[in-house]
Amino acid sequence: MADKNTAAHRFIDALPHARALGMHVETMRDGEVSLSMPYADHLVGDPRTGVVHGGAVSALMDTCCGAAVMTHPKNTGSTATIDLRIEYLRAATPGQTIIAKASCYHVTRSVAFVRATAMDADEDNPVAMATGTFTVEGKA
Amino acid sequence: MSARRPVEPVQVIKQRRDAVLRAMVDGVPYIQFLGIQFERRGDELTAVLPYKEELIGNPLLPALHGGATAAFLEVTAIMTLNWRIIWEDMESGALDGADTDPEMLPRLPKTIDFTVDYLRSGLPRDAYARARINRSGRRYASVHVEGWQDNRARLYAQATGHFLMPTRDK
Repeated sequence: MADKNTAAHRFIDALPHARALGMHVETMRDGEVSLSMPYADHLVGDPRTGVVHGGAVSALMDTCCGAAVMTHPKNTGSTATIDLRIEYLRAATPGQTIIAKASCYHVTRSVAFVRATAMDADEDNPVAMATGTFTVEGKA
Repeated sequence: MSARRPVEPVQVIKQRRDAVLRAMVDGVPYIQFLGIQFERRGDELTAVLPYKEELIGNPLLPALHGGATAAFLEVTAIMTLNWRIIWEDMESGALDGADTDPEMLPRLPKTIDFTVDYLRSGLPRDAYARARINRSGRRYASVHVEGWQDNRARLYAQATGHFLMPTRDK
């Protein structure tokens, strides 16, 4: 599955919105993906605290989950989000890189199920958790 | 209620509302980064996300990034909720539009959870959203947001979120 992982890596690196948010692929392999998003001033949602906006965390989670679906061995094509739920456990610490880890844990003929966690430097206390469902495209 | 004030000319009221809205929106870097604007009719807000290439997720289709859509709907929910919180102070004149310092505004509500339902792929065009506050208590609020593009009745995404209200101890 190396080719597919490489292709997905290239695909994520080329997404205009992912680039605009400064996302970077850390690891990517067969349905398990880790992406990072360094802290940046334009991602701030609350100017008084400097905390990154939830929407930016959502974008990171969505990209990471989508990449996990794309690299899963049972998925042959592209994918689109059907539903994504995010729980914001705490504010991300200003100045720290946020890392999302997604796992595509079940794939049927039409639907892929994904879970993800977002962390900053304090890895024992996640910033956010996500659960999502994605389309499975390609062979019918 | 405080003492009744003289009736203000409509222009004064409109200017104050627009100035407070601007202060609320301009203060958030991420809203500026996405390019989201707010249009106002009385207390009703419509969020507008003008299309730009940076919002694209899948360049092959092309389609708006699901994350950009999620962020757009979340921004709409938070700002609509904040607008409701601010409204009373603004109408009573306690919050003046003319020199609204973002520091004077109450703290923003915090998202507890947010669920986005992607109904159609987002086209490379402008998107619009409106939020409905289904419940807003002292501590928690539940908000539903609808997003559409060319046709108001054909939603491309909708979302529901729960928010923690700011404590009012200023």
